[in-house]
Amino acid sequence: MVTKLPSVDILIVGMGWTGGILAKELSVTGLTIAVLERGGPHSTQNDFNVPQIRDELRFSQRSDLLMDTAKDTLTIRNKPSEDALPMRRLGSFLPGEGVGGAGVHWNGHTWRWPDADLQVRTMYEQRYGKNYIPPDMPLQDWGVTYKELEPYYDKFEYTAAISGKAGNLKGQIQQGGNPFEAPREREYPVPPLIDSYAMKLFSKAATDLGYHPFPRPTANSSRPYTNPDGSKIGQCQYCGFCERFGCESNAKGSPHITVIPIALSKPNIELRTYSWVQKILLDSTRTKTTGVTYVNVLTGEEFEQPAELVILCAYGLWNTHLMLLSGIGKPYDPETQTGTVGKNYCYQGGAGVSLFFEGRNFNPFMTTGGLSSVIDDFHANWNFDRGPYGYIGGSTVSAGSSSGRPITYRPVPPGTPQWGTEWKKATAKWYQGALQIGTSSSVMPHRYNYLDLDPTYRNRFGQPLMRMTFDFKANDAKMNRHGAELCGQIGKAMSPTIMSTPAPRLTWSVVPYQTTHNTGGTIMGTDPANSVVNKYLQSWDVSNLFVMGASVFAHNSSYNPTGPVGALAYRAADTIREMYLKNPGPLM
Amino acid sequence: MPQIKLGRRELIAGAIGAGSIQALTPAIPSQAQSPPTAAAATNLPAGYVFLKPNEAAFVEALVDHMVPEDELTPSGTDIGLATFIDRALAGSWGKGDRLYNQGPWKLGTPNQGYQLPLTPSELYRTGIAASNAYCRKIYNGSFDDIAAAQKEAFLKDLSVNKIKLDGGIPGNAFFDVVYQTVIEGMFADPIYGGNKNKVCWKMIGFPGVMANNAENIKKYNDGRIFTADPISIADMS
Repeated sequence: MVTKLPSVDILIVGMGWTGGILAKELSVTGLTIAVLERGGPHSTQNDFNVPQIRDELRFSQRSDLLMDTAKDTLTIRNKPSEDALPMRRLGSFLPGEGVGGAGVHWNGHTWRWPDADLQVRTMYEQRYGKNYIPPDMPLQDWGVTYKELEPYYDKFEYTAAISGKAGNLKGQIQQGGNPFEAPREREYPVPPLIDSYAMKLFSKAATDLGYHPFPRPTANSSRPYTNPDGSKIGQCQYCGFCERFGCESNAKGSPHITVIPIALSKPNIELRTYSWVQKILLDSTRTKTTGVTYVNVLTGEEFEQPAELVILCAYGLWNTHLMLLSGIGKPYDPETQTGTVGKNYCYQGGAGVSLFFEGRNFNPFMTTGGLSSVIDDFHANWNFDRGPYGYIGGSTVSAGSSSGRPITYRPVPPGTPQWGTEWKKATAKWYQGALQIGTSSSVMPHRYNYLDLDPTYRNRFGQPLMRMTFDFKANDAKMNRHGAELCGQIGKAMSPTIMSTPAPRLTWSVVPYQTTHNTGGTIMGTDPANSVVNKYLQSWDVSNLFVMGASVFAHNSSYNPTGPVGALAYRAADTIREMYLKNPGPLM
Repeated sequence: MPQIKLGRRELIAGAIGAGSIQALTPAIPSQAQSPPTAAAATNLPAGYVFLKPNEAAFVEALVDHMVPEDELTPSGTDIGLATFIDRALAGSWGKGDRLYNQGPWKLGTPNQGYQLPLTPSELYRTGIAASNAYCRKIYNGSFDDIAAAQKEAFLKDLSVNKIKLDGGIPGNAFFDVVYQTVIEGMFADPIYGGNKNKVCWKMIGFPGVMANNAENIKKYNDGRIFTADPISIADMS
């Protein structure tokens, strides 16, 4: 039996970064807002306390803060001809669960995606011609420009205490920052972190080669900071327990210490944890949602929560899953290339190399989530001519560890045995003397990389799992091979005692951790025929439904996604408050 | 090389940023204010809760082969690896916590990851029996009975999936869970029963749960080594 609850004005699904931003920004309207979060609460005091939080086995190996794949997961395969099988445990990517979402356990890397991403099709066609874009690549502009997003990037950076150095202030190139970044109106809110030894060596080698290294912008605050909302952020302690962990010092810009408590301080907002939304309900016209159904996961009871406006703020993949489960829009079909929901799923590629330096010490445990030096010469740098390489997109190259935690970080040179005294000797010898150079590379959409509902496997509520069909394609392989060359070139310039063979990612496996940057599925765009939401993140089909998160990205960049996730959420909140609520209906 | 030794009070103070100071300042027993010593390491009581005698013999032989006594560490059993593995298999992870365990079952491609209908403890139990059967057939003795060179050959073949175990379990699936637990036992916090006296952390120079590097990073970012007696969860509790 489903218990029908009294209606609310606004219903938000998920309480991570985007749910927190929307809840806080819409709380000033005085409307009644309910937020349904499928996981439990998180507090710094009880959940991230020292010494318990510094437990690599519990939080990194056993995924204590992450989603529980026994309850819900995906099925996965590389191509449509394979049988999709369940992702039975976490590996390749690590969605969060509970209040704060993945914003609790992230590393903090925060970028502003430029027009070369937001207007990707237009810019590549203009520069390289229409034929440069492969026919199986549904490359699309997003419908927004960098100029439109700039104030919202700024707002997110100042909320989340991003440490960094401007490289382009109002068009003036700044020493020490990223000279290829899009122009920003003002400096980062917090100065960069202290360089590690690995960063210094990498920066020198990259500079000598003519590249332009800079400190990675990241939500690990280099000093105590109070954000414009009055939220207190602590100073990063370089403890080395960042990604997969919550921060005991409140030094990582996270929603549970910023936007969420501010939202929850308002009387018109109610947060319901352990509330797992199952379906978005539609009226008979199928152009309006009437609310959602959800399960109290502690009791199994089912509820209907009517609402005037529904905003999806779950992890991107689960936004797409909810759309598919609810039958909103037309599911994407790769054969006919019609339908939009599930289209343009993208991941991220890369390459890497390990360097070993006799007699040097990198103190790899003395670090934080974003402590690295980066070059953007082969990504945001539009003067970099992709033509000779034949790909679309680009790679950032970086060095500097985010963790020296020894269950996962034990670099040994190629050819070392896997166990025994020789292995122990090598492990002991090189723990201090190794560093890694890696790339992060764009993934452009491909006709056969997509999301849909699995025909066989179900979650613990009996609903079909979502099926992910993905592999790196020719464009990605070209880029990742080039990335491997760059890693090797800079690595060699650093004169290591030993260097591994630079390795590009050429096929996607669910097993090793790579990155939690899953994008697409409910993409934004300019045309209802090839996108799910408009430039305001409003559903083309259901005008009182908005979708946040990286599921709206029309492709994936080399950059980490949280910058535009935050910026687009702030912009959507403004749109809803200033435009939509004054005259509910399609904004375009 | 500079030696940095810090008491718990400094560690805790250093770990605190601008926020939540009160919540982070636990009562500190007075005897704990001096630098922790090896005596503070966790020593779980002897005995096994999951492993049967023949399984214990396998695991002890395995961890002593992979982690032999040498100048770097005592033997695998002496640093608690068999105990760690026993408790891991007896606990929630061993019993399939967070593992999606609904069929239908297919082995799939390597890119699709783990697809066996077995929890880690079931895989361990089945894998040990099948490994011993294989070793008896090829080497005329159970794994714990055969010579070091034979153990080495068996583990190498297992790791590269040259061995299909009785019952059809891919050799590398069993090897993967074995190797994972050996590594975890070595390098996880000693509170779980392995890494006794933090010996594996000392072996590589990992300082454990210590946290206050905001000042250290300014000094130790020029190639100098930072060393400290590692601190474990028990040391700070």
